[in-house]
Amino acid sequence: MTAFVGTTAAAPGGTAPPPPPPARRRRWLPYLLLLPGGLWLLLFFVVPSVQLAGTSLYDRSGSLELGYSQAFAFGNYGDAIIAYWPHLVRSALYAGIATIICAVLGYPLAYFIAQKSGRWRNLLLVCVIAPFFTTFLVRTLAWKSILSDNGPVTGFFRSLPFFPDDFRLLATPVAVVCGLVYNFLPFMVLPLYATLERLDGRLLEAAGDLYAKPATVFRRVTLPLSMPGVIAGTLLTFIPAAGDYINAELLGTPGEYMIGNVIDSAFLVRLDYPQAAALSFLLMATILVMVFSYIRAAGTDEVV
Amino acid sequence: MADDLVLENVTKQFGGVTAVDDLSLTVPEGSFFALLGASGCGKTTTLRMVAGLEELSSGTVRLGDRDITGLRPYKRPVNTVFQSYALFPHLTVEDNIAFGLKQRGVKDTKKKVAEMLELVQLPAFGKRKPAQLSGGQQQRIALARALVNEPKVLLLDEPLGALDLKLRRQMQIELKRIQTEVGTTFLHVTHDQEEAMWMADTVAVMTEGKIAQLGSPTDIYEFPSSPFVANFLGQSNLFAAEVSGTAGDDLLLSAHGGRFAAPSSRAHSADGRVWLGVRPEKVRLALPGEDAPAGHNQVHGVLTDTCYAGVSTEYLLKTPWGQEMSVFSANAAAGEPLQPGTEVVAHWYPPHSFVLARQSGEGDEVMRYSADPLGVAP
Repeated sequence: MTAFVGTTAAAPGGTAPPPPPPARRRRWLPYLLLLPGGLWLLLFFVVPSVQLAGTSLYDRSGSLELGYSQAFAFGNYGDAIIAYWPHLVRSALYAGIATIICAVLGYPLAYFIAQKSGRWRNLLLVCVIAPFFTTFLVRTLAWKSILSDNGPVTGFFRSLPFFPDDFRLLATPVAVVCGLVYNFLPFMVLPLYATLERLDGRLLEAAGDLYAKPATVFRRVTLPLSMPGVIAGTLLTFIPAAGDYINAELLGTPGEYMIGNVIDSAFLVRLDYPQAAALSFLLMATILVMVFSYIRAAGTDEVV
Repeated sequence: MADDLVLENVTKQFGGVTAVDDLSLTVPEGSFFALLGASGCGKTTTLRMVAGLEELSSGTVRLGDRDITGLRPYKRPVNTVFQSYALFPHLTVEDNIAFGLKQRGVKDTKKKVAEMLELVQLPAFGKRKPAQLSGGQQQRIALARALVNEPKVLLLDEPLGALDLKLRRQMQIELKRIQTEVGTTFLHVTHDQEEAMWMADTVAVMTEGKIAQLGSPTDIYEFPSSPFVANFLGQSNLFAAEVSGTAGDDLLLSAHGGRFAAPSSRAHSADGRVWLGVRPEKVRLALPGEDAPAGHNQVHGVLTDTCYAGVSTEYLLKTPWGQEMSVFSANAAAGEPLQPGTEVVAHWYPPHSFVLARQSGEGDEVMRYSADPLGVAP
């Protein structure tokens, strides 16, 4: 290609026709590269979603054995909300609390790793990711024994004044939120680290030079500049935490069940496919509404 | 005066390295003071200690009668213009400038911000974000953001370093104008000797954490105190010489078999081993047939290089003892520049000489190989 252009340019007298613009042939290349991903999403996201939407509108009087008929039963959604709104609220609440705790724990950690850790940085990052080397399920089971009634943590609290002797952590909302925080903390720390690592220390010096006390420097400079990380981190934590059912299953009781547990049992135990599908869409809608109002409030277009 | 900035015996060590070594200096209120030095000489560290961004290892920093040595940066009545500008990317130009005012509880920032934008000649740029400004504009905003707080001392850390040459010249004039207009003390750190000479009332040349020489640009340039300063600020021809006596107000020197004179008032050292120095632009060239003016110091040589630079021609000539000497000749007269290979006599008026102390060992080698050893020729 290059050689061809070269000979044309060297042609005497400049009478040779101009070479075709070499860019034209490449114009479809980006789309070609997009194709595998696009196909994948079409097959494994769009098609199932449409199918799930269809399922959510089936007549619930049908069954797996007898088959379902498409009745456009929008009432399924109303029924699901009436029956399971506490689980939806609880999911949002637990995930919200876990996200806030993750942010409070994760921000100083990410800040330290990004700005102050020096040569320990890579080791500390590996430590943040290390839990992923064991499966989610096993780690959550480990928390079950850590928080168990005769475990050391519960024992410690029981030895404190103002805690009754039958105080327990396992099978309480506290245990479920603890599990969520533990499991999703890396999803908060890593995006925060990525933005804080790029934070220009000279801006912090400049703010100090302009009479800002350290707390003000954080509020007026560090935090606004790390908002992309905060937003990414909270979304990556909140969204999967809201749909999680392992933590509630292993660390809680039916009293702590989240919407994920309900969907799980509707699909696999009660075999009520239309309701399970309706609940799935309700969860998706709830998360979308919350995420969009959050992004609007946090104003992503201001930063980034 | 009331608000002179005074550094007393200031030392800063990083690990085992001494960046600033027992430095004392006074920056008079209202002056434009330049700290000039090569990178790593401790000038920026000195500035950062005044700003409170580095802690002193020992010594004191005072502003007037007030000891500010231990004060946190946000409590010091000084502001900095950073080399990288360090404008807050998430704030508009207006908010950047108002930042310091807001921290100090100033309610109505609008008017002051507008005044500052006027001062730096960017009145219409208040609503923009820093990323939408050119380097020169960002530089002006950084200046406005610091000056709006009416600091006792404005610290400038190589503020023009990132600008291209033309813009830098323009900003130098601008900075000088603004300094004259607001009357604030400017402490300017730079490695650009022309910039320092051009703008500052007083220049402190720094090397290895110490001040090599402090004075007005003219004083330092015309009468440098050490070979380092003589070559850091402009160029100098230095000849290893020895003092052989005095004649009236003049010091008599012998070097490489020749005799030279220099006024005693222009000697930093009046006996023993010395350097005889002269600036290239003070030296004239004569052809061997012509007579150099009587009483001028003379050095014979052969031109090795002629470099025509428009306003002047820069000649390099080789002395009989093998040293290179440079001569700048203003292209004021008609005629072609002299060609390499020409034998010439370089001569200069003795009061243009300066005499510096020379340590034993320095320059001796050149003397030993001189074609006409010391003391043999008349």
